[in-house]
Amino acid sequence: MSLDDLGRDGAHALLREMLLIRRFEEKCAELYTQQKIRGFLHLYIGEEAIAVGALSALTADDNVLSTYREHGHALARGLGAGPIMAEMYGKAGGCALGRGGSMHLFDASRRFYGGNAIVGGHLPLAVGLALADKMLGRKAVTACFFGDGATAEGVFHESLNLAALWKLPVLFLCENNLYAMGTAIELHAADTEISRRPRAFGIPAERVDGMDVVAVERAVRYAAEAAREGEGPRFLELMTYRFRAHSMYDAELYRSKAEVQRWKERDPIQLFERALRERGWLDDDARARVENDVLGEVEAAVRFAEESPWEALEDLEKHVYVRRVGADEGGA
Amino acid sequence: MATFREAIRSAMRQAMREDPRVFLIGEDVGHYGGAFAVSRGLLEELGPERIRDAPLSEAGFTGAGIGAAIGGMRPIVEVMTVNFALLALDQILNNAATLLHMSGGQVSVPVVFRMTTGAGKQIAAQHSHSLECYFAHIPGLKCLAPATVQDARDMVLGALADPDPVCIFEHALLYNLEGALDEEAAPADPWRAAVRREGRDLTLATYGGSLGKCLDAAAALAADGVEAEVLDLRSLRPLDRPAIAASVEKTRRLVVVDEGWRTGGLSAEIITSALESSFYALDAVPRRVCTAEVPIPYAKHMEEHALPKVAEIVAAAKEALRG
Repeated sequence: MSLDDLGRDGAHALLREMLLIRRFEEKCAELYTQQKIRGFLHLYIGEEAIAVGALSALTADDNVLSTYREHGHALARGLGAGPIMAEMYGKAGGCALGRGGSMHLFDASRRFYGGNAIVGGHLPLAVGLALADKMLGRKAVTACFFGDGATAEGVFHESLNLAALWKLPVLFLCENNLYAMGTAIELHAADTEISRRPRAFGIPAERVDGMDVVAVERAVRYAAEAAREGEGPRFLELMTYRFRAHSMYDAELYRSKAEVQRWKERDPIQLFERALRERGWLDDDARARVENDVLGEVEAAVRFAEESPWEALEDLEKHVYVRRVGADEGGA
Repeated sequence: MATFREAIRSAMRQAMREDPRVFLIGEDVGHYGGAFAVSRGLLEELGPERIRDAPLSEAGFTGAGIGAAIGGMRPIVEVMTVNFALLALDQILNNAATLLHMSGGQVSVPVVFRMTTGAGKQIAAQHSHSLECYFAHIPGLKCLAPATVQDARDMVLGALADPDPVCIFEHALLYNLEGALDEEAAPADPWRAAVRREGRDLTLATYGGSLGKCLDAAAALAADGVEAEVLDLRSLRPLDRPAIAASVEKTRRLVVVDEGWRTGGLSAEIITSALESSFYALDAVPRRVCTAEVPIPYAKHMEEHALPKVAEIVAAAKEALRG
């Protein structure tokens, strides 16, 4: 869609969603320093336009799989800031009962299948989900987010081949933020233009400005329509940049402050705001209202997480199996 | 009468006729008819959607099977051998076995992984290993090892009826085994051990491809007046610990026969289980007969020497009888 097609309300919804991810994650970083959130915490700040643009182009019947940097996708998919925050607290009110944490957000009712932290390991799952949809005659697509680092994994190539071979409705959405953890793409890819690789499998692919939420929405919408109509998989290389460190442990020795600053000048939220102001769709009052609204939602999420109970210790062995059998029967 | 191979085929055919969600995916399962001819004829009968040839992408098609299970199908993933399953181990461990717990109970994975295991065909180290213990180690998986023709059928049906990921280990030397097959019977509970020969003097506990050797050893021992009980474990996860305890408490002596390696293997788990449950009932130190601690060699005499032998089982049993 163009900005005109989106309309003022549609545009405001996208702005609000991106800002929610930004403020939510800023709060996460703060809570991490307070040790309310532990383990790994990978922030998406800088990449918000991709999750928001892509997921606004999908339907509730579509499947979504993501990486360990998935707070943005989970929020944009509607998992709710409260259950996501509670998950990071490790609380029972979390969207995975506190079993997964930041890297493993799940909501089967929204067809959101993680939060996957073995790089590239979820790509074959996306192929399988799309295969099931095809065999069951459902007209859904499976959107699979991964980073440039995943394109060096063997399963990346295996999955592209399978999806193309069986003409499955998979959207491969590569968030190219130019670093595989701390290794620059020039150091990990023989060909740094990732969108050339899927063409070897006959998969249509294009590069998209991942800092432009409208461009992302449009590209994903077209790709999803094609996949949904049985034309097979589609691949988008979404060019973006992570403004924050890889994780809370990262000293950022591998990139310069100047480089980070250059990319911050293309902050997806500021770019979009500017476009809306030029259009006369956003003024200071409206912007402040969005800000307050989002901050209120983040505060409510923190309250929800704080008040959520801990899961009982005796539940530890629950959910290892759907059904205990044989000598395990009667066990937890 | 039927072969072990025919019994598996019969079960897969029955399952696919009864449930449109069941399909078979793997290398050479369709046009070739299965590397071990297990699925021969099924492509013609059920079509290429349900007898789905996959490229040599073990992680890819195993993961696709897992994804399809999440998406509502009931896939049977045939991995040609357990040795190749190592290429898919990330998918089996980090996805199939983990997703239910990690998602707080939301994402179940009803998939069946069938794979050949074991040595004895002179196909050298990279095609001959017995790695059941790798999989039986993993919470979230269930593991079965059929040793009879009827179990070959019943375990496929039992695994497909189960809501969790199940690995089935088929010993390569069993495919031509002939035995009685009731294709109409309700499948036997696959999760319990079975006493294949009653005895009161000692227990030979085993599974899969070593059952025949244990029965032969028991026959040899009987000629010497020793009554060995042969316990077929059938399910490697969960292990039927009560059945191990019951047999050992009856016979007071235990020899475990396992084609896996000794170090860190299933034999250690089985013996520990017996010690934990029945230490004071034992009259002798438990013994084990395992594969020599070497990659399986090609040369026939060396391969035979590396694997558990009937004479070794008999010797271990006699040692156990001495105390």
